[in-house]
Amino acid sequence: MKTSPISTPAQLAKLAASARKAFLAPKPKILVGAATCGLATGAGRVLDALREQTNGKLDGLRVLETGCIGACFLEPLVDVVMPGQARITYAHVTSEDVPGILDALAEGKVYEKRAVGRIDAEPFLLDDVKKNYRRGKFAEDVRKVPSYEKVPFFAGQLHVAMRNCGYIDPSSIEDYIAKGGYSAAAKALTEMEPEQIIEEIKTSGLRGRGGGGFPTGRKWETARKAPGDVRYVICNADEGDPGAYMDRAIIEGDPHSVIEGMIIGSYAIGSHEGYVYVREEYPLAVKRLRLALRQAEEMGFLGDNIFGSGHRFRIRINRGAGAFVCGESTALMASLEGRVGEPRAKYIHTVESGLWAKPSCLNNVETWNNVPVIIARGAEWYASIGTEGSKGTKVFSLVGKVNRVGLVEVPMGMTLRQVIEDIGGGIENGGQFKAVQTGGPSGGCIPSEYLDSPVDFDELTKLGSMMGSGGMIVMDDRTCMVDVARYFLAFLKDESCGKCVPCREGTARMLEILDGICEGRGRPGDIDLLHELSEAIVDGSLCALGGSAPNPVLTTLKYFSEEYRAHIEDRRCPAKVCRALIRFAIDPDKCTGCAACVSACPEKAISGEKKEPHAIDQTKCVKCGVCVDACRFDAIEVKQGSETE
Amino acid sequence: MSPVAEARMDEVLENVLARCAPEPSSLISVLQDLQEEVYYLPREALDQVARRLGVPRAQVYHVATFYRAFSLEPRGLHTISICRGTACHVKGAEKIADMLRAELDASDGETTADRMFTVQSVRCLGCCSLAPAIMIDREVYGGVNPQKLRRILKRYRDED
Repeated sequence: MKTSPISTPAQLAKLAASARKAFLAPKPKILVGAATCGLATGAGRVLDALREQTNGKLDGLRVLETGCIGACFLEPLVDVVMPGQARITYAHVTSEDVPGILDALAEGKVYEKRAVGRIDAEPFLLDDVKKNYRRGKFAEDVRKVPSYEKVPFFAGQLHVAMRNCGYIDPSSIEDYIAKGGYSAAAKALTEMEPEQIIEEIKTSGLRGRGGGGFPTGRKWETARKAPGDVRYVICNADEGDPGAYMDRAIIEGDPHSVIEGMIIGSYAIGSHEGYVYVREEYPLAVKRLRLALRQAEEMGFLGDNIFGSGHRFRIRINRGAGAFVCGESTALMASLEGRVGEPRAKYIHTVESGLWAKPSCLNNVETWNNVPVIIARGAEWYASIGTEGSKGTKVFSLVGKVNRVGLVEVPMGMTLRQVIEDIGGGIENGGQFKAVQTGGPSGGCIPSEYLDSPVDFDELTKLGSMMGSGGMIVMDDRTCMVDVARYFLAFLKDESCGKCVPCREGTARMLEILDGICEGRGRPGDIDLLHELSEAIVDGSLCALGGSAPNPVLTTLKYFSEEYRAHIEDRRCPAKVCRALIRFAIDPDKCTGCAACVSACPEKAISGEKKEPHAIDQTKCVKCGVCVDACRFDAIEVKQGSETE
Repeated sequence: MSPVAEARMDEVLENVLARCAPEPSSLISVLQDLQEEVYYLPREALDQVARRLGVPRAQVYHVATFYRAFSLEPRGLHTISICRGTACHVKGAEKIADMLRAELDASDGETTADRMFTVQSVRCLGCCSLAPAIMIDREVYGGVNPQKLRRILKRYRDED
C-alpha cells in the first residue's frame, strides 16, 4: 500500500481508520515471530515454508513477520488469526508443521498438536479498546485452547511497552498506525503546548527505564529551560547490560513507538535533531529502525512542519562499536561525536551541556516507547499502574535457570516471587532457587529470603541491587556466587575505559583476589580487602560504571558470605563450578563405553576400550564439563576437591 | 592485508567515505563500514581516513583500539562471537570457548590457520533466552552443545 504524506491530524485519523479496517479484515492471517530469538530457533525456515505452501491456496491469507511477544521459551512461535474465531498461538513450530497448520486453517480448525494459547481480542491499548475476533460461537476445538488469561506465563502480565510486539508487522507503518500509532504525536504537536506535555510526563511519574530511574519529566523540563537555540534528543539503544534484551525486542518488534516518543519529546523540549545510538551487535534492530525512519520521513512524521504544527525534527542513527561504557550518557555523547567513549565529570549535566556542548535530552528505548501511551491515555491512567514511587510497567528479561525464559512485562510492585515462580514457572530441572541477579553489572544478587520484595526502583536499591535496565537472571544451587561475582568483575575490568585510576586498577585488583579465591588460593584477609577496594572504587570513579562496579561483589559478600568462606577456608566450591576446586570422574557402573565423551573432550583426556568403562586422565582434564553434556548415561560425576583420593 | 582487499582498498575506501559527511564526527561510522568490507582495519587505510576526515592519526588509532568492534589484525572470513552475557555465563559460555578451541584450534581472539574463522568473546548478544548462544557473522545460534556446534561449523566449511 502506498500512502501519501500526512500533514494534518484529520488525515492521520482517516488513514488510521482504513488501516485498522485492513488490519482487522475478516481474512486469515499468519504471524511468525521473527525477532532475533525467533529467527535463531528456526522461524526463518518456517516462514519460507509458509510462504511457499500458501501460494494462492487460501483466499486473502496473509503471512507476516512480527516481533517478539516475549514467550521466548516457546519459539519459534506462529500465530494464526482464524477469522470470526480467535488468534491461536502455536509453539515450537517447525517447517514440518506447516502443512498441518495450513490444512487446519483451510478447514477452520485448530492444529491441536502445537496450540498453546488463544487470544480472543485484538488489543488497541492507545484507544483503550479490544476488538473481539469472535463472531457468534466458538468452535469446539477453539474453545479447548486455553485463553492467554489462563496461560501462566501471560496471566500476570500487562503489556504496555510491548503493546505492539507480536501483533504488528514491524516493517509496516500502516500496521502501527492501525494500532493508534502517531495519534499521540499528532495530539501532542497540534493540541498541546510543550509545557503541558512536560507537565503530563511529570504527573505520569515516568522514570528512566535505562537504569538510573531519573524522573523523565524533570529531565525534559531542565532540557527545555536550558539556554541556547540548539538542543538534541537522543535515544540510548546501547543496551549493554548483559542479560537484558527488552530494548532489542522493542526496536525489532515496534520501531515506530520509539520514533513517536522521540517526536513528542523533541517538540516538548524544543529540539530539531535526534540521534539513536544503537548497538552494532543488534543487526536486525538497526535494519528495522532504518526502515522505520525512512517510512516516517515519507509519511511526513519526520521532517519540516510535522502535522502542520511548524515543528521540524529529524533522526539519525549511530551504531555503537562495542563499548559497554557508552551506555553512560557522557560517554555515549562523546562516541556520537566520533571520539572514544570516555565519561566526563557531570558538574554540568548533559541536559544543559551534552552533545556538542548543547543541551541534550537522553532517554532509553523503553522510556521513549512509553511516552506515546502517556499522551494518548493520560498521565492519570499511567500513574494508576505501579507503586507510590515507581509508576507504570517494566519489561524484565527473565532468563538463566528458570523454566519459562522470556520477556515479561508486569506492573511495578509485583513481587520477585510472582515473577519468577508464577510467570517463570520456577527453577529448571527441579533445581533449588539460590539468587536472582538484577541491574546488570551495576546491580546485585538477591537471595531467597527477599523473594517477596516488590520490584520497583526503590525497593531493589534498598536490597543493595538496582532495577537497571531490567535483566533478571535466575540462579540455582548449581551456580557459584563467588564465580558470578568474579564474572561481573572480569566484565567490568574489561569494559572500564581506563580514565579513572581507582576503577581501572581497582577492578583489576579485585578480580585478582576473586580469581585467587576461585582457584583455591584465597587468603584470610581477602574479604576485608575486597570491602576496602570497593570503597575506594566507589569514591574515586567519575561515572556509574566505576561507582557501582563493586555492587555484585558487595551483595554476594553480604548474602552469600558462607560460600566465600567455603572457598577460602575449606578450598571447596559448594556449587561445584570453580574448576580448580572440582574434578570429574566416570562412574564405571553407569559408563557403557559408547565413547561419546571421548570425541567431545577438547583435551583428549578421556580414553578406554570400546564398550568398557572409560577413564579421565586428570592431568589432561581442564574441567570444562563438555563430557557431562555429551554423556547420555549420566555417568560422569562432578566431585569436590581437585585431587583424586 | 589479503591481496584481494589490497587491490580493492582504494575503491572500498572511496565508497565508504562517500556515504559519510567528511568530518571528524564520522570517524566511527567510517571505521565500522571499512571493517565490514575488509574484515579489519589496515594501517594504510587508517592513515588515509585520518587525512580525509581531518582527524589526527593518534586519535584515529585511539578510537580504533578503544572500541571492541575494531581489529587491527587480519581476521578470518567468518567471525564467531561467543556471548559472554550473564545468562550465557551461568549456562556454560566457558564450555563453548573450550569446544571451539577443540574444534578449531583457535582460542578467544585468535584466527584459524586457514583464515576461515576468527573466535572472539562479545558482551551480551541480547539473546539470553537462547543461552548459551553464539553469533557467526550476523546469524545467532542458541542452545549450543558439542553436536550442534559441529553441525554449524560444518555448514560454514561446506559453503566456502
